[in-house]
Amino acid sequence: MKQLDRKIFSGIGYVSLIILAVLCIFPFILVVSSSLTEESKIVTDGYQFIPTVFSTEAYSILFKYPEQMIQAYLVTIGVTTAGTVLGLFLTSMTAYALSRKDFKWRNGFSFFFFFTTLFSGGLVPWYLLMVNYLDMKDTPLALVLPLMLNVFYIIVMKSFMSSIPEAIVESAKIDGAGDFRIYARLVLPLSKPALATIGLFLALAYWNDWYNALLFISDDKLMPLQYYLYKMLGNMDGMRKAMMGAGAVVTTAIPTESLKMAMTVVATGPILLAYPFVQRYFVQGLTIGAVKG
Amino acid sequence: MKRHTFWNDLKNYKVLLLMLAPAVAFFLLFAYVPMAGIVIAFKKYDYAGGIFGSAWNGLENFRFFFESGDAWRVTRNTALYNIAFIVVNNALQIFAAIMLFEVGGKWFRKLTQSALFLPYFISWVVVGAIAYNLLNYDIGTVNALLRGFGMEPIDIYNTPSYWPYILVLVSAWKSLGYGTVMYLAAITGIDTEMYEAAEIDGANIFQRIMKVTIPNLYPTIIILVLLAVGNIFRGDFGMFYNMIGNNGLLFSSTDVIDTYVFRSLITSNDIGMSAAAGVFQSVLGFITIMSVNYAVRRYDKDRALF
Repeated sequence: MKQLDRKIFSGIGYVSLIILAVLCIFPFILVVSSSLTEESKIVTDGYQFIPTVFSTEAYSILFKYPEQMIQAYLVTIGVTTAGTVLGLFLTSMTAYALSRKDFKWRNGFSFFFFFTTLFSGGLVPWYLLMVNYLDMKDTPLALVLPLMLNVFYIIVMKSFMSSIPEAIVESAKIDGAGDFRIYARLVLPLSKPALATIGLFLALAYWNDWYNALLFISDDKLMPLQYYLYKMLGNMDGMRKAMMGAGAVVTTAIPTESLKMAMTVVATGPILLAYPFVQRYFVQGLTIGAVKG
Repeated sequence: MKRHTFWNDLKNYKVLLLMLAPAVAFFLLFAYVPMAGIVIAFKKYDYAGGIFGSAWNGLENFRFFFESGDAWRVTRNTALYNIAFIVVNNALQIFAAIMLFEVGGKWFRKLTQSALFLPYFISWVVVGAIAYNLLNYDIGTVNALLRGFGMEPIDIYNTPSYWPYILVLVSAWKSLGYGTVMYLAAITGIDTEMYEAAEIDGANIFQRIMKVTIPNLYPTIIILVLLAVGNIFRGDFGMFYNMIGNNGLLFSSTDVIDTYVFRSLITSNDIGMSAAAGVFQSVLGFITIMSVNYAVRRYDKDRALF
């Protein structure tokens, strides 16, 4: 009897997990496959899971005049690097101060940060502040600053640092180390798992960000990758212009549909390539966070 | 002996305070100053006057927002979508986590978990492109399949009634891996002795899950649901905007407060009403968080958020 229960259960488990996994991967196969399908085939038969007529035309057009794509890549890489480094530094420094149990005002400051997650002025005052008062429209700062500090990450980092034995801090103090020195030399090296996790979250948020560009960027030179993709997907005329602007004399029809998918592949590529390596750290980080909850 | 005055404390904590200074300045500028900017909702905003120089407008902006009939629609949509997301996403994540824990060998688990986590890593822009790929009338995969079976294709991008289902599915798809890992971590943390005890008492696998696993997940479920309920009046802008964009045909079933505020600000440049809608959203959200937290506190102090 018991055996039968187990068997039925395993059967259901395997089947449903496989279905879910396939559903999660299929759309990616669809995108890659359509980017490699000849345009005329897409137009007549629709997007297919397996390319019926194989063609790399979309990619060759994309890489013929890659200036804007490269520019967008550079913006994204720059913003992601700067934002992640700065964000990690400030998050960990803030979290360290809040994690010190002998710091009298830690609860006051914690509340000061936490309150911003409960109540906000909304999009309009924030937008006007950024544009009219801080003059950040079309500046790289508009892409870096909004995502740099996040209360949730500060809390996660703080709870990780709180688990570091206090005796270590105490003994360093007796040896005459200052607060900043204790943070930089002792606590930071011990917080590597938390730093890796939050760093990955930050990097992913920056890499995938298009919202701040939508709000603040109109200069083509500052367009990050996802926003560039967003604009091109919505506006193939814009793409044609960009190609011609790059000196192309476009005589043949541009394979719009497969080109859209090729662009999607190129914009997602690095994430998908890094994915197997990065995923492990995400899982570890989330596991730490969940257990501490 | 040193006296513990404010100035003494200030000196003692000098370095820690300096370390906090950048973050304090950041949130002061980007979170607290905009809170003061709420006055815009009560003003007739003009660019020359700015926030403080513009003339007062009383509650006109709010009246306009409520009388337009949009207020009810976007509030209802935001709340209903979030409720559906909370229920469907958590149920699916708990299910997947339990299955991952109970079934399969190391390799099977690793592979499925990686597959489930994949959608979490891509941007909403890419999700929008994929959705278009699947749902487009002429060349979308769904309609290609329907035609293949000799059925009539569906004009999904012109039919509002399909979108609640599509959006719930997409949300579940994108968040599945993340939530599953959270719940899986909680399940892994359950004391194995409880399972052994259940085994001795003759529990079968279904009883084991219902009587041991799920009750042990309650703290995690409560925390995650609480956080989500607190955000029930906040729409996921990235999702709605990339799936629907400015397709007005679908607004009746897809417009949420966030997309509405964005459009009023950027597209129609109606700053006063947009600000009023934003204040309305913030106040609703604040009241929800406070009441949910109060209710949980009364029930079990340790489970509350704060």
